[in-house]
Amino acid sequence: MIALLLRDLKLAFRAGGGFGLGLAFFLIVTVMIPFAVGPQSSLLSTIAPGVLWLGALLACLLSLDRLLALDWEDGSLDLLATAPLPLESVVTIKALAHWLTTGLPLVLAAPFFGVLLNLPVPGFFWLVISLLIGTPAMSVIGTFGAALTVGLKRGGLLLSLLVLPLYVPTLIFGAEVARRGATGMEVQTPLLMLAGITAATIALLPFASATVLRINLR
Amino acid sequence: MTLTVTDLSITRGGIPVLEGLSFSLKAGKALILRGPNGIGKTTLLRTLAGLQPPLEGKIEGAEDRIAYASHSDGLKPTLTVTENLTFWASVFGTNGIQTALDTFDLNELADRHSGNLSAGQKRRLGLARMLVTGRPIWMLDEPTVSLDKNAVQMFADAVRAHLGQGGSALIATHIDLGLDGEVLDVGPNKARPKPIDDFDGGFL
Repeated sequence: MIALLLRDLKLAFRAGGGFGLGLAFFLIVTVMIPFAVGPQSSLLSTIAPGVLWLGALLACLLSLDRLLALDWEDGSLDLLATAPLPLESVVTIKALAHWLTTGLPLVLAAPFFGVLLNLPVPGFFWLVISLLIGTPAMSVIGTFGAALTVGLKRGGLLLSLLVLPLYVPTLIFGAEVARRGATGMEVQTPLLMLAGITAATIALLPFASATVLRINLR
Repeated sequence: MTLTVTDLSITRGGIPVLEGLSFSLKAGKALILRGPNGIGKTTLLRTLAGLQPPLEGKIEGAEDRIAYASHSDGLKPTLTVTENLTFWASVFGTNGIQTALDTFDLNELADRHSGNLSAGQKRRLGLARMLVTGRPIWMLDEPTVSLDKNAVQMFADAVRAHLGQGGSALIATHIDLGLDGEVLDVGPNKARPKPIDDFDGGFL
């Protein structure tokens, strides 16, 4: 399992691996928003938590179609399916690698992008916490979507259509944590809901992903 | 342990391709799979490797013992030859890739990215993967595609050595590798669709 994780990280960091793609997209969104809505700092402060969360979500989505497709195309998935590693572990490791190369950089970069959108000071902590808890769910749900659409020609659009509705609860509660945190309100309820969603997806979806992958490999 | 297949029927995309197939593959023996294109050789190998369920029939002695080499080699172009092999060795819980590098004459290419290899060199690397799996039954689908005469000989020697160590191999190929084993011609077993009358009778 460690070998698969290390290989995927190595592949992501090497030329053409796609590391930094999500981060670049996140940067573009946050830089362009003030141009689009105007430079009023009060307005930017109000929309910053939601915009940052939406930017992070779309950045996560950007790299999903490569998650399993490359292994499918070069035959690695077939070979992994015949290896001693259970497919449940394979998809979990794939999701972890996706989070480490896409989700975690977004979490770490979010405070810097928060400055660009004039995020209120108390909001920085809660933005990072909410993304730290929410982004693993996005990687796990995304892996499920990737497993569903693997093998389909140009399945990227279908993947986005399938995955976006599943992202909505995470987006609602994640952005709510950041918004309440930024305005100094109590964050416990949305935070617990967000954590609950993440825990449930991590517990259940790898089994669903492995099952659909097994069917798609036939 | 012998791989035994009894009354196996398999499908591709829901269409039956082979039915009533029975054979056994003993340790130390090779079985050469022959048959025209589209007859279901790849589907048979995928079924035996556990990638798809059979329609009917029994497969015994295959669990966690099969190393499968498909048309695609599963190589990552941005990893070196050594890194590709080391990865598969780690996945299969074996160590040491030196024998594989020696057997397929890959030592000089060890530090080269597999994306920079020729088709034949990639194929040799794909076949070298079989050695690092440590699995006793090799299932090879058209293994000699892109290989030159020397490389084919290299591959045949590797299979012979594997058989000598008590392993076995099921190889779908159209060329003569000079191996000790039988030929399984899957042509005559091709499934025929059941007559419509029978279907109607069953339905009624």
